[in-house]
Amino acid sequence: MSLLEIENLTLSIGKTPILKNIDLTLSAGEVMGLVGESGSGKSMTALTIMRLLPQAAHAQGKVRFDGIDILAATEDQMCALRGDDIGMVFQEPMTALNPVKTIGEQVAEGIRWHTGANRAEAEERARKILDRVGLPEAKFPLSRYPHELSGGQRQRVVIAIACALKPKLLIADEPTTALDVVLQAQILDLLRDLVDENRMALLLISHDLAVVTEMADRITILRNGEVMEEGDTARTLSEQSHPYTRQLALASMHVPARRPFSPLEGEMSPKATERVGAGGTAHGPSTAEVTPSGRSAAISPSRGERTPLLVVENVTRDYPGRRTSLFRKPEPVRAVNDVSFAMKQGQSTALVGRSGCGKSTLARMILALDKPTDGAIRFMGETLTGKDEAQLKPARRNMQVVFQDPYGSFNPRHKVERLVAEPLHVLERQPEAGERREMVARALHEVGLKPADMDKYPHEFSGGQRQRLSIARAIITRPKLVVADEPVSALDVSIRAQILDLFADLNQRLGVAYLFITHDLSVARAITDEVMVMHEGKIVERGRTGEVLDNPQSEAGKALVAATPDLRRAIARRLQEQG
Amino acid sequence: MTAYLLKRLLIGIATLAVASIVVFSMLEIVPGDPARLMLGMNATPDAVQALRDQMGLDQPVIVRYFEWIGGLLTLDFGKSYTYSVPVLDLVTERVVVSLPLALIALALSTLIAIPVGIFSAERRGRAADTISMGAAQIGVAVPNFWFALLLIYIFAVWLRLVPAGGFPGWSAGIWPALKALILPAIALALPQAAILARVTRSAMLEVLGEDYIRTARAKGMPRRTVLWRHALRNAMIPVLTILGLQFAFLLAGTIIIENVFYLPGLGRLIFQAITQRDLIVVESVVMLLVAMVVVVNLLVDLSYAIVDPRLRTNR
Repeated sequence: MSLLEIENLTLSIGKTPILKNIDLTLSAGEVMGLVGESGSGKSMTALTIMRLLPQAAHAQGKVRFDGIDILAATEDQMCALRGDDIGMVFQEPMTALNPVKTIGEQVAEGIRWHTGANRAEAEERARKILDRVGLPEAKFPLSRYPHELSGGQRQRVVIAIACALKPKLLIADEPTTALDVVLQAQILDLLRDLVDENRMALLLISHDLAVVTEMADRITILRNGEVMEEGDTARTLSEQSHPYTRQLALASMHVPARRPFSPLEGEMSPKATERVGAGGTAHGPSTAEVTPSGRSAAISPSRGERTPLLVVENVTRDYPGRRTSLFRKPEPVRAVNDVSFAMKQGQSTALVGRSGCGKSTLARMILALDKPTDGAIRFMGETLTGKDEAQLKPARRNMQVVFQDPYGSFNPRHKVERLVAEPLHVLERQPEAGERREMVARALHEVGLKPADMDKYPHEFSGGQRQRLSIARAIITRPKLVVADEPVSALDVSIRAQILDLFADLNQRLGVAYLFITHDLSVARAITDEVMVMHEGKIVERGRTGEVLDNPQSEAGKALVAATPDLRRAIARRLQEQG
Repeated sequence: MTAYLLKRLLIGIATLAVASIVVFSMLEIVPGDPARLMLGMNATPDAVQALRDQMGLDQPVIVRYFEWIGGLLTLDFGKSYTYSVPVLDLVTERVVVSLPLALIALALSTLIAIPVGIFSAERRGRAADTISMGAAQIGVAVPNFWFALLLIYIFAVWLRLVPAGGFPGWSAGIWPALKALILPAIALALPQAAILARVTRSAMLEVLGEDYIRTARAKGMPRRTVLWRHALRNAMIPVLTILGLQFAFLLAGTIIIENVFYLPGLGRLIFQAITQRDLIVVESVVMLLVAMVVVVNLLVDLSYAIVDPRLRTNR
């Protein structure tokens, strides 16, 4: 008999149907991947098992866990199950822990609640499980508070809370989505080990097919609250017999068609029309960056016919450090350490690195939103450093930004016309109302939206459409450089594929240069010509995208590549294991 | 933590310094000669001048400011122009009425507001929530002096449980003194409690929507346990802020309430002193009130650091 059996589960919240006739079974020691795009009902399925649904929710059908009818159980029965037999790990480690309680209190709390152990015993067990998840007491005493830990460490604490009592079932809802790839790999390893050690069943919820393929024995694909396909992971994903499965798999591996960048002309080479293969190695040698001193050498600013678009010279940024004593001056923290590089017109460059490596700080300085402590940044031949806002206006016209979160980056009370037209204030001459509408209409058209959309409010758009809006806002001044900070990491795979296509298309049509800041190497592979690997404030590796990603030289580059889940590789490995 | 508290302490001292300059210069530019006021309209110019010399009114402003500050620091507040007694005596006589009044009111408003706020948040959207928040809305809207009159009518005139006004003094015993203070304290506390209850409710609701509440629920604890163990302490952070601000309003409220209840407190003293141009009393009492507010806010800052560990390590 299976540990968890969900039969014909239908769920509605108020009058909105959420889940329709879901079937799912899970046995001890098994890993089930629950995959789907946002709004497909993955999290609601998990919350139904925990019975932590919103009050207006109404569930029908059968959910049996270890012989207990979950939907009919009393609240007391559920409280006994939660945290004891069923543990749950959530997506956002930064907010999943109570900021005013120590990690020791928070881990021991569940132990005491369920076992009635006294404080000392519970703390002893908490110490053990924290040690097991990789937070040894010597470095991470129980008296630490969540704010003293990084995101990955906090996620370990959440896993410790969930696994403290060796649950029979662990539900992990996007446990690694908020973490960088290296941390993701570590957390996934940890979860896999915990499954093996305790014959725990794991319900792994993710939008990332590659992650699920690496982890799950079986996979359930959800769409709009319905199960599309269910089965053995390797077979389901290699056969792709269901059209939606195929669509998801294709979208996850999507690489936009784009002509490689020709550095000598500083624009797209008209001859090179080959499609960049999914392997990412198809940059033809004719279009290769010819750098005499090897690929890690910085492109010297004087080379090439034109002045480079952007030159970053020995840029350093220090932040005031944490004060350790009242009287001693705090040691500054060096976020960016002596970074130099150059970018040409129309070039698409990825800046990759783990979270906290300084990539966003560097981007802020390039956008003149932050001042370097040392060094100089030149944009289109003009020095940005040391200029005031009025002097920066001409430069601002030519550089725009796209942020990660398509929800947070718009004022919800303004109409699209006003939002997209926002950067126009940096123009020398302010366009008249009619002209302005025309410009907004054109920008919307360019990103695949309708001109009529300009009279709507942001909440009327989906996540992907909102990201299109932020791109429209970025290109309305016809900038030469767009800095995009994780522009697709908040999006579903199919939408992500569309947005990547859009970026590639705009790069070609408008000749916009991109600086993509990302920890996701698949994004870098899909739409950039060049990759810079950043580590602890320094650029440690730099070269053509395909080369760096296929054969990284630096330690940091190797770690990133090794940690990045790859759907193709994962399927191949699974098939191999099964013979 | 010490750095944080030291910083707060320095800010408190700076506030006092700025307040002293403002208070001193405000009264400096108010028309009216205190010496003439003390001697009356019929006094001879010579007599007025003699008194001015004696009071040091002809000295430069800076000198008088620092003499005043020096006096404050050594508890020598000077002599009242109208009562001709040391201001310190006047003030101590009144502080023993006003400070207990404000503290009782503060305690009452906290004791009423926080449970009501939690109760409402727990029953969000239900009848109990609607009723208690409706009552709180009325509490915010009704002015405290009207409320005071209503209380006097019910408890003093009609039920005859407590006196309608006046203060027997602490020498008459604790119980009679408290009896005289209880109605004014309630009148002061209720509007504050109404505001605080609403703040508590919304802070609780916000915290209850946080991810860590879900984490705690996933540990298997019932809603109510999670509310007490995890939500309350986090919700107290905004509540403490409002509490600190409210103390200043409570002190200001005593001016009206003491007049309604005929209590010989600081509020009445300052009211009389202003109408009689007794500048030295006004200055001293205002500075005393400022000092009380600063001290309370320091306590609030200290309690922040106790509630929120992020303040203890991050500065």
